[in-house]
Amino acid sequence: MADALAAHAPQFDDAEQQRTASNLGIWIFLATEILFFGVLFAAYAITRVRFPDAFAAASRLTNLPLAGTNTAVLLTSSLTMALGVHAAQHGARRAVVGWLSLTVALGCAFLAIKAVEYRLDYLEHLVPTLDFRYAGPQADQVELFFYMYFFITAVHGLHVLIGIGCIATIAVMAARNAFSPDYFTPIDVTGLYWHLVDVIWLFVFPILYLISRS
Amino acid sequence: MNSASIASEENYLSSGWNWWAWLTTLDHKRIGILYTITITLLFGIGGAAAAMIRLDLLTPNSQLVSVETYNKLFTMHGVIMVWFFLIPSIPATLGNFLVPMMVGARDLAFPRLNLASWYLFVGGALFTIYALLAGGVDTGWTFYAPYSTTFSTSQVFAAATGVFIAGFSSILTGLNFVVTIHSMRAPGMTWFRLPLFIWAMYATSLILVLATPVLAMTLMLMGMERIFGIGVFDPALGGDPLLFQHLFWFYSHPAVYIMVVPAMGVASEIISCFCRNPIFGYRFMAYAMLAIAAFGFLVWGHHMFVSGQSAFAGTVFSLLTFLVSVPSAIKVFNWTATLYKGHVTFHAPMLYALGFVGLFTIGGLTGLFLASLGLDVHMHDSYFVVAHFHYIMVGAAVMAFFGGMHFWWPKVTGRMYPEGWARFSAILTFTGFNLTFFPQFILGYLGMPRRYPVYPPEFQAWNVLSSAGASLLVFGYILPLIYLLWSLRYGERAPANPWGAKGLEWETASPPPSENFHATPLVSEEAYAYARSESPHG
Repeated sequence: MADALAAHAPQFDDAEQQRTASNLGIWIFLATEILFFGVLFAAYAITRVRFPDAFAAASRLTNLPLAGTNTAVLLTSSLTMALGVHAAQHGARRAVVGWLSLTVALGCAFLAIKAVEYRLDYLEHLVPTLDFRYAGPQADQVELFFYMYFFITAVHGLHVLIGIGCIATIAVMAARNAFSPDYFTPIDVTGLYWHLVDVIWLFVFPILYLISRS
Repeated sequence: MNSASIASEENYLSSGWNWWAWLTTLDHKRIGILYTITITLLFGIGGAAAAMIRLDLLTPNSQLVSVETYNKLFTMHGVIMVWFFLIPSIPATLGNFLVPMMVGARDLAFPRLNLASWYLFVGGALFTIYALLAGGVDTGWTFYAPYSTTFSTSQVFAAATGVFIAGFSSILTGLNFVVTIHSMRAPGMTWFRLPLFIWAMYATSLILVLATPVLAMTLMLMGMERIFGIGVFDPALGGDPLLFQHLFWFYSHPAVYIMVVPAMGVASEIISCFCRNPIFGYRFMAYAMLAIAAFGFLVWGHHMFVSGQSAFAGTVFSLLTFLVSVPSAIKVFNWTATLYKGHVTFHAPMLYALGFVGLFTIGGLTGLFLASLGLDVHMHDSYFVVAHFHYIMVGAAVMAFFGGMHFWWPKVTGRMYPEGWARFSAILTFTGFNLTFFPQFILGYLGMPRRYPVYPPEFQAWNVLSSAGASLLVFGYILPLIYLLWSLRYGERAPANPWGAKGLEWETASPPPSENFHATPLVSEEAYAYARSESPHG
């Protein structure tokens, strides 16, 4: 069965051409993702430069322990994803399924922790539109920070959710023996996507939680 | 080449002729046709809105429609024509059909993604049509904040959602083309043997892939601000409405090159073929398109000279905008140099292509007026701007689209179009276009602002001229629709290469077999290796 799937799609000349095309395709897709998030980073940076004090005060209200834990969780999930790709290169089917499942579990843990964090934010009256109260100066700009905080983390969370779905799918495919050391492109490209989602978090985390916090 | 054997042969049109086969097809040629039908319908809607605008402007007092309706008319005209006709026009139709054939491949790299992009496009179009039927949108196609985010009570969200969804179809098409051109060229098809149409698609795809995500996120922020009051563009919370303009034009200026660079590719193919000369300065032509794509990302601020941008930023953007004219001029000079001592014949595609060059030149040169800081303060938001960008986006891009449609019609359908009618339409379109839009340069220079249904009576003569031209243009666009459809049944059967043109797509049957080539072609000569002595068919 692995051989049957390893055969290339009809539009390609051979498996090598198909692999090159898939890899180039995912890299271009990742470039579009960077520009997609780039808008948010640019908008955030411009607004932050205009209201440094309000944004510093607001970012002190975010939950660093939970976000720090989440950073560790997501970085670990990138490690398990990389180990899954490595196992796929060596055709270790059970290891592939194991690492991918662990990655899915860590992704879910990230979303669960994020949900707890949102709940705590809500209890502290930090959710604009629903319940926002802030007594200090520049309350409007603090509210703008939280609008951006929720929007950026929600868009990122959506990408995590999509990643979990993709990884779960290829884990099931791997369990059904769909891959071989000659053909594991879906694992490879899903891994690249997952790492990008992780890298984006590595920018989201410091700009929202860390800058001028102390 | 093998014109004798075509008539009875199995081809991509004859295999599996039913609704289901068409709606689930993975064949790039059929997907190109699906796109062609879709954008033709949308062109009809956008064109009807334009016709209403021109009718209303016949009189100074807007006697036909109310002011609110007028706002909705020009908004829908802009939204539909930009995102649902011009952006996909050449890439999604001719590009889809030709990219794999010209590089000698059996299909695009990702056929399923290609079909998905058409469904996304249709989904986006349905949202936008819903917005139209549910009362319309009155923001202008630019969706400027804070009017779009806070004040407009029209269907802004539905229309923006439609554009957002259609954006992903652009991204997927661009991604597919880049990957195909990189990794699926036939043996011997080196980068510098690629037809310039492929270079045009490559440059366009880079813009599609790198600019569209910015629009997507910007529209998402705008929509969220409308619903939840996010505030990024809302001065009340400290947000910045000017930021919306920056982000919007970061996409929408390059979008102009998404429309016109493919047209340059089409014109290069046609001009070279109908003067039997290799393209003059092939490499410069390829580099010029890449340069236009690259510079296109650095000039967005010229839309904001009077928006409160700093004078320094304005100066830099003005300078960079002037730079775009260098590669553009290279292209115009090289097309004309290609004609020099050529064996020129004036078939309909050539008439369209020459029309393209002329209108592109006028559109480009008037762009320099607008790139000048001082002059733009006077011209900004006037009919001069309207005329300028219509010369590029309608004059140039649509002329080339029609030229390409005629040029490759025999290949796509296996039938010849009626040459006499086609030449007549090309001339009619060119005449009608100039009559419609040249008076608008004068109106703009005299001070008539865009987007107003009411104007001082002394502008009426020019407006009547413009509306008269628009009525010619209507016939110029409807005629090809009629005779091209007619030719599907009654047209003469086309040989494999009716024009004696160079390029891999002409070496296979008309219409091509499902897999494009029976054997993978081997490329052993440069693009446009025309010998002077051959004369074209007819």
